[in-house]
Amino acid sequence: MKNKSLVSITDYSKEEYLRILALAQEFELRPNQILLKDKVVATLFFEPSTRTRLSFESAVLKLGGRVIGFSDSNSSSVTKGETLYDTIRIVANYCDLIVMRHPLEGAARFASELTTVPVVNAGDGANQHPTQTLLDLYSIYKTQGKLDDLTIFMVGDLKYGRTVHSLLMAMSQFRTTFYFVSPDELKMPEEYKYFLNCLGLKYYEQKEFGRNIETADIIYMTRVQKERFSDPIEYERTKNAYVLKNKMLEDTRETMRVLHPLPRVNEIDQDVDANPKAYYFTQALNGVYVRQAIIASILGLK
Amino acid sequence: MLHMKDKKLEVSAIENGTVIDHIPATALFKVISILSLDKLDRQITFGTNLISKKLGKKAIIKLSDTFFIDKEINKIALVAPQAKLNIIRNYRVVEKKIVEVPEEIIGIVKCMNPKCITNNERIITKFRVVSKKDVKLKCHYCEKITDQEHIEII
Repeated sequence: MKNKSLVSITDYSKEEYLRILALAQEFELRPNQILLKDKVVATLFFEPSTRTRLSFESAVLKLGGRVIGFSDSNSSSVTKGETLYDTIRIVANYCDLIVMRHPLEGAARFASELTTVPVVNAGDGANQHPTQTLLDLYSIYKTQGKLDDLTIFMVGDLKYGRTVHSLLMAMSQFRTTFYFVSPDELKMPEEYKYFLNCLGLKYYEQKEFGRNIETADIIYMTRVQKERFSDPIEYERTKNAYVLKNKMLEDTRETMRVLHPLPRVNEIDQDVDANPKAYYFTQALNGVYVRQAIIASILGLK
Repeated sequence: MLHMKDKKLEVSAIENGTVIDHIPATALFKVISILSLDKLDRQITFGTNLISKKLGKKAIIKLSDTFFIDKEINKIALVAPQAKLNIIRNYRVVEKKIVEVPEEIIGIVKCMNPKCITNNERIITKFRVVSKKDVKLKCHYCEKITDQEHIEII
């Protein structure tokens, strides 16, 4: 993995996922390890994402490295009309690793081909956000003690949600059974179901949220956004059907955990937060350890 | 009967070169652009809207003293999957070939995703062919699919 860019979740093999998770565990036990003493990491955020940027910067600082960069394109030369090509060629001279978020899809892949400095994709439009997927994997592993043979409920916007697509790709290597819970307008795209069929994995599609919920090991919630609906009336009809309430967790397994990539709006009722099965805030903390693991591994320090 | 006679006349009209037959009439100009025939200085004859049982209306291109390597000519399979090539030497057809969609398409097709980086910076597009029969191209950059219906030649 040394010097290998991480652009798409499919860039890593199953063994590499497991290696990152093992390293993350090590960083969770000892978060402050000065491995990046003379290293500079550039965080280039062409569109703002405070949560992701702070998580990356925290990971670098805990490793003793230094951070340069910008937090949105208004404070960079992009506003002067500089191409991504030029920005990357220049910034590559100043750092050992580039972390970038960009509104256009494929931007991180393009950047990774312009320089020998490794690139970590922190989100390219609706396409990929692989460090989110790895932290989801880590959260699943930590709460279930394993990744194999689990049942995952994916709930909400399964059509446009990039996190559920990447998580599906990654978990498909661990004999997962999937339940896709969504309104008709936001169903899991055919290509992903075709992919699971090819692997012989089981999946079930349903509109009702509560059905079979007692079989779940993980409930992965996503936001249902109004602008995704072609028919506003359909949105009004369905918006409350995919809200998780504490009462719904009564019959679920003791070990079941609720995950959400955050930010949430109203799809998880606040009455769930106090339930020990609510895991989404810890999930965000796991992000720092996982990003430490990814950075250390790419820079060949672990 | 008339068009059969025409076709024969056209095919036999070159001494050495390549005849590309069974191009859908609507794809003729795309084929010209894919093979950069507009930049070729050899004698070329185009025929279009010829009657074809298979395609309805077809086009044909005759190129004197021009021969293609497979990799080059296979690019036209994207727009003319049923195209047939006749290699002519000394007025005779010495070889017939069909085209096959290649595994990878570089720099010919525009990605149909408007939010793809390739539509916003100067980048040579690149696709992996994920389905050949009903052509589906997966963009190397944005990872979205461009299907047969939406293939636009750059």
